[in-house]
Amino acid sequence: MVDVRAVEKSFGEGSGRLHVLKQVNLQARTGEITMLVGPSGCGKTTLLSAIAGTLRVESGEINVLGNSLEKMSGHALTRFRAKSIGFIFQQFNLIPTLTVAENVGVPLLIQGVSSGKALDRSREILEKVGLGPRWKERPNKLSGGEQQRVAIARALVHEPQLVICDEPTAALDAQNGEVVLELFRQVARSPERAVIIVTHDNRIFSYADRIARMDDGEIVEVKEQLHAQPPHFIHEHAL
Amino acid sequence: MIGLALKMLFGDTAKYLMLVAGLFFATFLIVQQASVFCGLMRWTTATLKNVGAPIFVVEERVEQVNETNPMRDTDVARVRSVSAVRWAMPLYSGIQRVRLEDGSFKTVQLIGIDAASLAGAPGRMVEGNLEDLRLPNTVVIDELATVRLSSNPKDPSKKIKIGDQFEINDVEARVVGICKAMRSFTGGPYIWTTYERALQYTPQSRKMLTAVIAAPVEGMSSEQAAAEIEKTTGLRAYVNEGFGSNPRDGGTPKGKKYGDFNTSTVWWYVKNTGIPISFGTTVVIGFIVGVAIACQTFYAFVLDNLKHLGALKAMGMSNFRLSLMLVVQALTVGVIGFGLGLLATSGFAMGAIENGQPPFYMPWQIPVATFLAVQLICMLAALMGIIRLGLYEPAMVFRA
Repeated sequence: MVDVRAVEKSFGEGSGRLHVLKQVNLQARTGEITMLVGPSGCGKTTLLSAIAGTLRVESGEINVLGNSLEKMSGHALTRFRAKSIGFIFQQFNLIPTLTVAENVGVPLLIQGVSSGKALDRSREILEKVGLGPRWKERPNKLSGGEQQRVAIARALVHEPQLVICDEPTAALDAQNGEVVLELFRQVARSPERAVIIVTHDNRIFSYADRIARMDDGEIVEVKEQLHAQPPHFIHEHAL
Repeated sequence: MIGLALKMLFGDTAKYLMLVAGLFFATFLIVQQASVFCGLMRWTTATLKNVGAPIFVVEERVEQVNETNPMRDTDVARVRSVSAVRWAMPLYSGIQRVRLEDGSFKTVQLIGIDAASLAGAPGRMVEGNLEDLRLPNTVVIDELATVRLSSNPKDPSKKIKIGDQFEINDVEARVVGICKAMRSFTGGPYIWTTYERALQYTPQSRKMLTAVIAAPVEGMSSEQAAAEIEKTTGLRAYVNEGFGSNPRDGGTPKGKKYGDFNTSTVWWYVKNTGIPISFGTTVVIGFIVGVAIACQTFYAFVLDNLKHLGALKAMGMSNFRLSLMLVVQALTVGVIGFGLGLLATSGFAMGAIENGQPPFYMPWQIPVATFLAVQLICMLAALMGIIRLGLYEPAMVFRA
């Protein structure tokens, strides 16, 4: 599904050169939620960008859904992202001048679907995330948790096989974070889909099937979790 | 994608209005000033429009109709002797002072035409009879004169009417007709009288003839006849066909550039006065204002939306489609700003036409050229946004 092998990435030149990814290896499987965790600046987001095809690496190989990203042209990579990857950003990145449904329909518009069909499909998926009645509203009328639910709907509207999430709970309080993660577990997870979440929020670790811990540009530990009991959001007072 | 682009544009009301306002002012300044300039240039040829003769024969060094060197009366006969000429008549044209009923003075453009043929008479009479011009001490005035020469221009009941009298250089003039005429460059009204009477109204000098107006014989063009007149008499013969027509690229016997008197007159004003620089400066300022406001505001609009545009880029929208969105947004504000600017200019034009001033003439080339200029401004603005967006890597969207 997602196979990262010996990936290296640096930024800067000369003495200021920063080695961000060092011989990174990682696998993410369909039907699973893989979390990339670690302290700030350890290279989680860089690795996520590389897997998402928004950043070229210097060496190594990244194979996503059977496609070797480093062998794809820029144009092919752009089309691949549009078709196969759903994105959930830390700051939601909803366009404030569009309605909730229009925001959700953007990935379909990118693929050339007509605006009418995109709107119908958006309303369907908004029903699934519990925001059906609010499809006409602007994002700024919604709470942070609701906005993240819109972002989830947008990431899933075109049925991608890989969903990339960058700190999905960073901008949310505990209550909204729990709602979003639960929704995520129900909606995003499917046997045909892989989900990769970058986070340093240890309250949500129990939702992962696999946790890859990063430190200083390296994967230092990969841990698989079996869910004997349903996962749950750990509130701060319980930590 | 177009819908998405437009929603993003219209959603940012402040910047959208700022962009439209900038392009509105640019359009208004460019179109209005260019049209007033064209109107003014048109006024310089008013005598040629009001005296509708096909050929104007003038002293050989004359380049424009408002500044002529007087000729001898015998030059009329010389022109008549040319075989290409069907008829040739004397013409007087000059600025004179009229003394009004209340003792004040006004300047007028006095035209003296041949009494027998009335060649060079106004084309459209509003009141009175043109033939009455043959009666003693009579004149035909234009509509502007009815107001300008009245004792109280603001009082419609005091307008000059047929039968009223005034003095031109202490000689009596009685109004026998009112006509339509284009305004003169100097702003004074036109007054027609016979050539002989015009000489009586004018302080005497050795040579008094302003021009000989003429027409070609049948089967010959004005251009051919004018060339024949020049060849035979050594005088300068211009055709009167309108600005831009009939240019002679330096090939005339006298080495003159323009065969048409309108064209020659307009170019004389363009080259010898500060008028084009004055209006041209405002037009350039209009363009610069448009560029400055549109580019700055559109760039700020792109920067404000960079996070969203970057997200679209990450989600798989190509640079080409994103650029297209920016172009659509820029062109949309361009069309709206241009439309509103043109509408405002039309309002100004209606006022100008109603008041008779300032001069206003908008040939189709002005709005077309302005539209292209405004779209060029928009393209520059869009290009700045496209360059900025091109530098934005999609991976940046992950950096909060």
